[in-house]
Amino acid sequence: MFRCRVAAAGGSLARALRSLSPAPRGRAAAGHLLQRWNVPIKLQMSRQMASSGVPRGKGDSSVFVLIVGLSTLGAGAYVYKTLKENKERFTSRVTTITTRSEENESATSDADPASRGTAAPGARPEVPSHVPFLLIGGGTAAFAAARSIRARDPGARVLIVSEDPALPYMRPPLSKELWFSDDPHVTETLRFKQWNGKERSIYFQPPSFYVPARDLPFVENGGVAVLCGKKVVHMDVRGNVVKLNDGTQISYDKCLIATGGSPRNLPAIERAGKDIQQRLTLFRKIEDFKNLEKISREVKSITIIGGGFLGSELACALGRRARTRGLEVIQLFPENGNMGKVLPEYLSSWTTEKVRREGVNVMPNAVVKSVSVCGNRLMIKLKDGRKVETDHIVAAVGLEPNVELAKSAGLEVDSDFGGFRVNAELQARSNIWVAGDAACFYDIKLGRRRVEHHDHAVVSGRLAGENMTGAAKPYWHQSMFWSDLGPDVGYEAIGLVDSSLPTVGVFAKATAKDTPKSATEQSGTGIRSESETEAEASEVAISSSSSPTPQVPKQGEDYGKGVIFYLRDKVVVGIVLWNIFNRMPIARKIIKDGEEHADLNEVAKLFNIHED
Amino acid sequence: MSYCRQEGKDRIIFVTKEDHETPSSAELVADDPNDPYEEQGLILPNGDINWNCPCLGGMASGPCGEQFKSAFSCFHYSTEEIKGSDCVDQFRAMQECMQKYPDLYPQEDEEEEKEKPSKDLEANPMEASVAKEEKGSS
Repeated sequence: MFRCRVAAAGGSLARALRSLSPAPRGRAAAGHLLQRWNVPIKLQMSRQMASSGVPRGKGDSSVFVLIVGLSTLGAGAYVYKTLKENKERFTSRVTTITTRSEENESATSDADPASRGTAAPGARPEVPSHVPFLLIGGGTAAFAAARSIRARDPGARVLIVSEDPALPYMRPPLSKELWFSDDPHVTETLRFKQWNGKERSIYFQPPSFYVPARDLPFVENGGVAVLCGKKVVHMDVRGNVVKLNDGTQISYDKCLIATGGSPRNLPAIERAGKDIQQRLTLFRKIEDFKNLEKISREVKSITIIGGGFLGSELACALGRRARTRGLEVIQLFPENGNMGKVLPEYLSSWTTEKVRREGVNVMPNAVVKSVSVCGNRLMIKLKDGRKVETDHIVAAVGLEPNVELAKSAGLEVDSDFGGFRVNAELQARSNIWVAGDAACFYDIKLGRRRVEHHDHAVVSGRLAGENMTGAAKPYWHQSMFWSDLGPDVGYEAIGLVDSSLPTVGVFAKATAKDTPKSATEQSGTGIRSESETEAEASEVAISSSSSPTPQVPKQGEDYGKGVIFYLRDKVVVGIVLWNIFNRMPIARKIIKDGEEHADLNEVAKLFNIHED
Repeated sequence: MSYCRQEGKDRIIFVTKEDHETPSSAELVADDPNDPYEEQGLILPNGDINWNCPCLGGMASGPCGEQFKSAFSCFHYSTEEIKGSDCVDQFRAMQECMQKYPDLYPQEDEEEEKEKPSKDLEANPMEASVAKEEKGSS
C-alpha cells in the first residue's frame, strides 16, 4: 500500500533518545546502547505525511548519522557518568527525578498554577483574548503550519480554531485504508495499517500533545491549542481581530487561513426533497466515514456519483463489501471512465475495467437529471433516459473552497480557481497567509493553481508556517498525491495532471518473465482487444534512439506499470507514476527543471520502470 | 522490442527491460547545492540544524520541543572529546519532560541485554564507525 519512504521520527526517535539516559537497573556498557539504537534508522513514514520529504537519500543519511551520533553521546554520557561519579548516587538521582516528574504529572494534568504560570486558573478566560499565531481551520494544512511554526520559533503559542469537533486528523484513510481494516471496531479506533505494517491513528497527535486553550498564554514553552467546534465568522484585518460564532473575539499577530472546503452537491439533488437529502452522504469528515460505514452494512444498494479520486476510491472500498455481503455498488459520472479528468483516455478506460472487477457497477457518460423517491427506494433519472434505483447516494462531485471570510476581511477570491488569492509565499496580506484547499497560490514553475490534495495541505501548511516565522520562501517543493484503486492500480502523481493536456506514457512491456500481476489475471474483458484495434489503427514510429521496429501489442501486454508525462508547450508539467513507487524525487526534479526534452522515452529511463 | 502508438493527443510507448538498459541520454539541470528554497535534510549546508526537517516528526514542535532542541543542539555543537558528554543536563531535562507525556513518547521496556559489550560492538561495526566519523566531523 505505502511505498514512500521518508525518514520519520515521532515515537521511536523518542525511544532512541530516551535510552540515552542510563537505566536505573544499571546497564553494563556502551555496546548495548549502540545496539539498541538501530531501531530508528528503519523509521519510515506513511504517504500520509510523506511528501514533505526532504530529498530522500540526503535526509535519511543525515538522520542516520545523527542518530548514530546520538548513540555515541549515550555511550559517552554513560561512560562519563560511570567514571566521574559515584554510580550509585547517580542511579538514585535518576530515580528521584523520575518519581518527582511522575508526581508532578498526576498533580498537574489540567491546571497547576505552579507549573503552568502565575495567574490563578479561575482568572483565566476560556479563550485567550490575544494569540501570537492564529490558525483558522483545524485540518491538515493548519496542523502542518502549527508544527512548522513551533519547530522554527521556540516557545511559539499557536491557537487553532476548528469547526470540526475532532482534533486535527488526516483525511486520506477515511476513503482508503480504514475501509480495508480487519478490525470490526475500526469506526471507533480510527486506526489503520501503514505500508510498513505498523498501525497508527488518523489523528496527527494524541490529545496530550495540545495545551488547553485557556493555558496557552501561560505555559512555559508555549504550545499548540485547539478550539474545537468553533467557527471564525468575521475577520477585521485592520484591527487584527477575529470574531467566533459564539461572539468571542481574539486578536492575533499573525494569522493563517486554512479553512479548506465543503463538499459540493449536485443541483439535481439539492432541488430534490428532504427525504432524499437524508439518504445522501457528502463525504468529508470522520462522521461521514462512520455514517457511510454503517449505512453500507444496512442497505442493499449504494450509488456513488462522481468519477474522481474520492468517488473512485469509495467505489472500490464499497465494492469489496459488494462481494462479501451482496451490497450493490453503482458508480456513475459524466466522463468516459474513472479518473477521466486526470488520466489519458486509454488509461482511464483500463482503470474503469479494474474498478469494475472490484465489484462496482460503473456507469460512465451518466449525467444526473433528477432524483426522486420511488416507493421505498431512490430513483435517479439520467439525462439520456436511463434510470437507476438505489437506497443511498454518495455525492463525490468536488469541493467548494470555504472563502466566507473574504468579505469581512476584504481578501481577494480567484475568479477562475476559487479560493483566496495569495502570492508565491502564500501571503494574502502582510500578516495573513492561506494554505491548503482554500489557497489559490502562484506556483513559480507552473503558474496560478489551487490544489485539493492531502499532501498539498502538508506542503503548503508547512511553507505558510515557515513564512509566518520569517522564512520568506516561495512555493518551491512540489506536492504530490496518490491513489490506489484495487490491487492492480496504484499511482502517485505530481504537478499538473490534467487529461486535457497531451501526454506521453511509457509502460513496461510484459515479458514471460516479468508479467504484471494484472496481466496474468486479465481474462479478456474486451479492454485488451480494444487497445489492439486502436494500436493497429494509429501505430506510429518510435523515435530513433529507441528500438527500431514498432510492433503491434501482444496478448498479455497492458498498462501494468509505467510513467506518464503531461506536457504543456512541450515541457513536462505533470507526471503520473503508474504502479511504480519511490520515484517521486526524480519526477519532482524533472518538473522543477522545466526543460524541454527531445525524447521522453529517454527521460523515462531514469525511472527504472521495470524494477520494483 | 518497443513499440509506440498515438491515440489522439496521447502517445503510448511500450518498452522492454532491454530497451531501457542503455543509459538515459536525458539531461537534467545540475542542482544548486545552496538553493535557499530547497527542502533540506536535518543538517543545513551551513552546518546548522534544520528544526523544520520532516524527519524529526513532532520532536521539535511537541511539548518537549524546547528540551529536545536544547539537548540536540548541545550534542550537535559539542566539541568535547566524547561528543555530547557536556550535554548530560540537557538530555536529562528532555527525558524528564518526555516522561510527563507517555502518550507522545511511549516508554518501552526492552528486555534484551546481557550480551557482552564487545560482542555488541562487533555486531554493529558500521554504526560504530559512522559514530566515529560523526564524532570527528564537528
